[in-house]
Amino acid sequence: MTDKTLSQDLICGFIWCVALGITFMFCWILFDIISHGIPEISWTFLTSSVQQAGRSGGIGPIIISTLLILLVCLCVSIPLALATAILLSEFSNSHQRFTRLISTSLEILAGIPSIVFGLFGNAFFCIICGLGFSILSGGLTLACMVLPILTRSIEIGLRSVSDDYRLAGAALAIPRVKLLWRIILPAATPGLVAGLMLGIGRALAETAALIFTSGYVDRMPGSLLDSGRALSIHIYDLAMNVSGGETNAYATALILLVLLLVINLVAQWLSHRFLYRKVQL
Amino acid sequence: MSLSPLDKRWFWLCRFFAFTCALIICFIILFLFVESIPAIQSIGLERFFNDSSWHPTPDPSTGSFNLSAMLVGTLAATLGAIIFAGPLGILAAIFCHFYAPKQIAYLFRRMIELLAGIPSVVFGFWGLVTLAPIIRNLAPPGPSLCAGIIILTMMILPTVVLLSDAAIKNIPKKYIEGAAALGLSRWSTIKSIVIRASKEGLSNAIMLATGRAIGETMAVVMVCGNIAQIPNSLFDPIRTLTANIALELGYATGQHRSSLFFSGLLLLGIITMMVLISEKLKSEAIRD
Repeated sequence: MTDKTLSQDLICGFIWCVALGITFMFCWILFDIISHGIPEISWTFLTSSVQQAGRSGGIGPIIISTLLILLVCLCVSIPLALATAILLSEFSNSHQRFTRLISTSLEILAGIPSIVFGLFGNAFFCIICGLGFSILSGGLTLACMVLPILTRSIEIGLRSVSDDYRLAGAALAIPRVKLLWRIILPAATPGLVAGLMLGIGRALAETAALIFTSGYVDRMPGSLLDSGRALSIHIYDLAMNVSGGETNAYATALILLVLLLVINLVAQWLSHRFLYRKVQL
Repeated sequence: MSLSPLDKRWFWLCRFFAFTCALIICFIILFLFVESIPAIQSIGLERFFNDSSWHPTPDPSTGSFNLSAMLVGTLAATLGAIIFAGPLGILAAIFCHFYAPKQIAYLFRRMIELLAGIPSVVFGFWGLVTLAPIIRNLAPPGPSLCAGIIILTMMILPTVVLLSDAAIKNIPKKYIEGAAALGLSRWSTIKSIVIRASKEGLSNAIMLATGRAIGETMAVVMVCGNIAQIPNSLFDPIRTLTANIALELGYATGQHRSSLFFSGLLLLGIITMMVLISEKLKSEAIRD
């Protein structure tokens, strides 16, 4: 019997070690980035332009380009994702085969490696559409990429609205569209915002799809047809191609990490609050 | 229930948008095909695996186009990562459910969700400036298959943990209560009931994580050393298919560019197969 309890204890200890090991690695990365990044960060770093290929100067134009790419991406992907999610969650009973086709293709789209999106964006948006290396083609490529995650999370948000609303609406003979806009969408707002946050997080983190679509240029973009460098590409370029760019790479990585952590925390907070409230209803 | 005319119009609008989503997939596949046809025609499929090395040129008669070193690189890195991340991730999910106190399990899950949000370029950067020097001290040159495996393991671990966590949560409570009633110990319950009951969910988690590892690009470019060779040891530099595309698309022209699209098509094929298998596993899990 003692043998058995001993082996139980060993297994228990081993599993705790696994969990602690994962936590340790996580903290190590965070600590490393934060401790090297914090001394570099100041208001001038955030606003001034890139100098000497990034060895000195700030990341002002990079932040502007990132925001512009994100804007293009969201303007295209939100309407598409919202409409698809509405179809999948509200009208799915009427056309089963069609909706299954859509959800399988979204599933495949979610699995496609980002570099393949980069290849596609480079061939289609940059060359066939003639947009060249530009913020517009980068944003459009990203839009294709975040479509599945956005659609899936909006769909989950809509589905978690209680069916009582839909039944009550049907009993009152309210057209479904009115029901959707006036009641279901407002009720689902926290879930939708959480989904939106996840999509933004995914887009901000992306590098491989952007290198060959939005390009490397680190000047302030003049229009959407200019090439612009995103934060993640800036980190990559400083780390790989610019000797002595490491301190600024650390600082940029810290900025990106903080942005993403804030976005993810907001998404987590919203979705947990939302699900909790639903249980209470 | 019939739809009112207003509803019908909206319904068609939604269908149109949803159809666009499905069309994007077709578009991507079509474009990869169209762009890689010149390479398939003038280089030929067998040269991608039989040529002496990977020294591509725009003109197919002078270059050599052997992709197998990159295929082996992708395979080795993915396999290594999944060997570590699979068991570790499942154990971490078990930790959340059966070993950790509630508060710690909650915090652990939040932490894993945050870990999932760290961008690949940050992992790669950390690997390049922190991990690679440590490995260089052990066995030069540093950026190597080993570094790639460690970074990939950390990157796909959250996927495995979160999905296996969800799979374990879906096990009917009565199974575990029954095991407790029979006096099974915690580990026996896990070994003989939990893991078997969530088999489909767990393999689905590993499937999706494998897909992520195959497709990962930036982190791998930054830590693997990028030499197109078949590795002899864990500490040899390698180049993966995705890294190859990322490194060369910038300057590739002619048949060289076309053969990069062909490798993209190859990647897409592998991933699509894995997604379809995992879909099938999921629907079997639901039926059970």
